[in-house]
Amino acid sequence: MSEPIVWLTIFVLSLFVGVEVISKVSSTLHTPLMSGANAIHGVILVGAILVTGFTDSTGPLVVGLVAIVLATINMVGGFVVTDRMLQMFGRRKRQEPKA
Amino acid sequence: MTPTWAQLCYLAAAVCFILALRGLSSPRTARNGNLIGAVGAVLACVTVFFAVDLEHEVWILVAIAIGTVIGVIGAQQVQMTQMPQLVALFNGVGGGAAALVALLELQEVIGEVGVGDVPTFDLAATAFTILVGSVSFSGSMVTFAKLQELMTTRPVTFSGLPVAFALTLLAGLGLSVLLVADAAMWVGTLVGVAGLLLGVLLVLPVGGADVPIVISLLNAFTGLTVAAGGYVLGNTLLLVAGTLVGASGTFLTKMMATAMGRSLANTLFGALKGGSTLGAGEVSDRPVRSAGPADVAILLGYANRVIIVPGYGLAVAQAQHTLRELVDVLMAKGIAVDYAIHPVAGRMPGHMNVLLAEAQVPYEQLKEMGDINGEFKQADVVLVVGANDVVNPAAKTTPGAPIYGMPILNADEAKQVIFMKRSMRPGFAGIENELLFDPKTTLLFGDAKDTMSKLLSAVKSL
Repeated sequence: MSEPIVWLTIFVLSLFVGVEVISKVSSTLHTPLMSGANAIHGVILVGAILVTGFTDSTGPLVVGLVAIVLATINMVGGFVVTDRMLQMFGRRKRQEPKA
Repeated sequence: MTPTWAQLCYLAAAVCFILALRGLSSPRTARNGNLIGAVGAVLACVTVFFAVDLEHEVWILVAIAIGTVIGVIGAQQVQMTQMPQLVALFNGVGGGAAALVALLELQEVIGEVGVGDVPTFDLAATAFTILVGSVSFSGSMVTFAKLQELMTTRPVTFSGLPVAFALTLLAGLGLSVLLVADAAMWVGTLVGVAGLLLGVLLVLPVGGADVPIVISLLNAFTGLTVAAGGYVLGNTLLLVAGTLVGASGTFLTKMMATAMGRSLANTLFGALKGGSTLGAGEVSDRPVRSAGPADVAILLGYANRVIIVPGYGLAVAQAQHTLRELVDVLMAKGIAVDYAIHPVAGRMPGHMNVLLAEAQVPYEQLKEMGDINGEFKQADVVLVVGANDVVNPAAKTTPGAPIYGMPILNADEAKQVIFMKRSMRPGFAGIENELLFDPKTTLLFGDAKDTMSKLLSAVKSL
């Protein structure tokens, strides 16, 4: 599975999917899209958990825990703030100027 | 090593991320898209807990809890005007996390198999992750400082900067090669240090207006970093998710740069080539026509068609709510009003839409540039609030201007133009706007919020 060529294949295909899937985005949504994509790379948290969970000395453990905190901020904060932005787009209809 | 069911869960999470990005590209599906992405992320994190036998589980959960609290509080508290710097901050910590993960994995691998037995590809990917992750971290921090105005938003350059940048880049690449040839922790650490320095030097010379493009670029960097990290750890989900973000982020960066009429190279290195991309920012003393709120109210009140051009100045002054009220009053008088949104209005593309949505402006009133540019000819009055460069005809008429070639809103085609401005100071691009001196232009000076309230009461009493 760790054959480089398999990984290269996944990598190249993902590149195309990544471009294709957002190619029709309107400029209205550039900011939420950037923010949402930003949250997605917070999934490095999985990597942070893995390395931290396999370490057995104190120094690396501390570094790993720092990485977990940082990655969680990235992921959780990213999704929450994107939702906050999009929520504002959503509540447009029943707006009644509340003088 | 990873059980099959866990691999399948990772696959499901990867599909969630693809659906999330697709959902985020369309207004109707955006919010659900984001939620699907979050579901994928949670699925991935739960999976890793059950798939492998982890130690320090309690500590890990505590760290996740701390990160969650910080992330949620940050996301809930931030003002919508400060959104760009928050995204930069989140992006930076993500890049930093990836770099730390790669360093730890390096240490682990060296300890297990011993130097010399680690596959070259793994080491190359490790070096990439450490280097680019560090660039992303420090670059994002400088970006944050610029947008938060903890430091100047102008390009920072010094005479040795291009040389320093080139040397640091060479050092980073050289150390990476050294790491591949002879894996050692101290080399890995130095790669990280070089990356940190590189990130600072990369972002320092970028001017305030171009910072959003850099945020988007660094976002793509972090994506690629995570992808490389996935290769190092042998985790397909990280590879797919990181690559998706890297690819879409790069594409988004290009779209933003195009919308601003800038090339990416010019954005990053424009200030380095001597002659800064920003003009002198001199205040001209040529005569302009200015008027008070009462006069402007009459212009607005007796128009049939009004187009509003909102800019970042509006949001800074927090005047968007008053503006929305003004528009409501005008519409109640039977006047057709629309907002013309330039793709880069605000500080990031789409930022203005978020800010106006926050002020509960109905989505249908927000018109994109391509849809409304033909309608300016029919407009009786264009009200430009806190914007400047996006209506500067120099983008069409003056080949030497820094914004030449940037698509603009054709406000100059309207019968009357009203600028609400604090002063005659030029916009972010630092060049004078000829439209200000046009005979059909009226200027309404003052703080946007204050003036807007006066204008609102003047229109109400018509």
